[in-house]
Amino acid sequence: MTRTIHLNLDINGRAHALDVEPRVTLLDALRDHLQMTGTKKGCDQGQCGACTCHVDGRRVLSCLTLAAQVEGRQVNTIEGIAGEDGTLHAVQAAFLEHDAFQCGYCTPGQIMSAVACIREGHAGSDAEIREYMSGNLCRCGAYNSIVAAVREAAEAVNTPVRETAEVA
Amino acid sequence: MKDFSYVRATSAEAASQAALQAGAAILAGGTTLLDLAKCGVAAPETVIDITHLPGLSDIIVSADAATIGALARMSEVADHPSIKAAFPAVSESLSLAASAQLRNMATIGGNLLQRTRCPYFRDPGTFPACNKRAPGSGCSALGGVTRNHAVLGTSEHCLATNPGDLAVALVAFDATVSFAGKTVLVEDFYRLPGDTPDKETVLGRGEIITGIAIPASAAAKNSIYLKVRDRQSYEFAAASAAVGFELEADGKTVKDIRVALGGVATKPWRARAVEQALIGKTLSAGTVEKASRLAMEGAVAQGDNAYKIELAPRVVVRAIQQLALKTAMKTGGLA
Repeated sequence: MTRTIHLNLDINGRAHALDVEPRVTLLDALRDHLQMTGTKKGCDQGQCGACTCHVDGRRVLSCLTLAAQVEGRQVNTIEGIAGEDGTLHAVQAAFLEHDAFQCGYCTPGQIMSAVACIREGHAGSDAEIREYMSGNLCRCGAYNSIVAAVREAAEAVNTPVRETAEVA
Repeated sequence: MKDFSYVRATSAEAASQAALQAGAAILAGGTTLLDLAKCGVAAPETVIDITHLPGLSDIIVSADAATIGALARMSEVADHPSIKAAFPAVSESLSLAASAQLRNMATIGGNLLQRTRCPYFRDPGTFPACNKRAPGSGCSALGGVTRNHAVLGTSEHCLATNPGDLAVALVAFDATVSFAGKTVLVEDFYRLPGDTPDKETVLGRGEIITGIAIPASAAAKNSIYLKVRDRQSYEFAAASAAVGFELEADGKTVKDIRVALGGVATKPWRARAVEQALIGKTLSAGTVEKASRLAMEGAVAQGDNAYKIELAPRVVVRAIQQLALKTAMKTGGLA
């Protein structure tokens, strides 16, 4: 017997109503029920970071979050971070500038993670960026460009610029 | 993942009551339960979401102790200024665990209940035999690939390593865990596998962890968590050590020292023999090396994991050395 529950989710500031089985993850709700396919499914078991979204401003893995759990929370996805007029977020612009991807599949998760990483104050040095972005895997190995993009975006976003302890 | 019913708990009492039903599982951060449901290891019929319960997320640090609610997130505790100041090993054990996303999800109560990463346990389709999953079915790890299996606290029925980092730091500093009106030492919360590896803790059905408490001490304040692993970040420990010490007024004799190990045992492992060998001594290289070897008393290698018996004492040595250096710099002992 298939049971469904009715949910009202707040995603990128807009209300979405949907009926899903209780086991449906936030990731599957976004992709299969709301046609928001910007959030990617990589491993689907919490190891790759491709599905990273924000819940109440914190980066989380949508593959290990039930859609039912986030009712009443604010969800933000990659679709919601550019400006209303299409102006790219500083992190998106920095990823383009630094060519911080190859195939691009991990990129939405990388960008959502980076936005949060900078906001948390964990983008103060290359070493710190590497540590705090370690939950986002890139099978193409674009890591050096990703670190450069996050560093530049952190410098653009943070005013005054944090004192950085560069690792040579 | 098999389908289940979802219940959002309205009170801790209601959650406990609902959890008494057969097939019920408590859902907090979800990073273990949903992962295991996807692996086919967990198949709850009812999932009881406790993440919206109020009053279980507070982090309070006084002169005597830190008390942390079961629903506080790993990241909140790791980054809490007073935890960093009074319990650095606790903060570090959390920062060095999992990834930033998982630390934002996983709760302190759930962290203590995380299940082993034993690949045989996690793959019921390929390996039906697992005494932890299906009591009496056997152990697929015996004679298998055992690189990440335990060398301490094992039995002929189970070699699964407890994967925790936080619990190691908590055991080192005599922390307690509270549930169902009871409070027990974290060290006593975990069971050795023996002939019932399916029973990992003393938590009973329907009992929900409400919080932990870590007594303040000079050793906890002067502490470090060192984690050695196969990659630099986002990996479980090959071996880890939580170490803290307090020196006598002479600045060199050990008054109190705590040593606990992770990544090598079936439960978070307090190395009391190492501690006893160092109390009243100075932390010279030879003394520390000799004492650290005592951490492996009773260790049994099972093929691929023999390296841990060499590695773990070295991790203890390095943790003590790094902490000694930090202590000396702080107190001006090293110019």
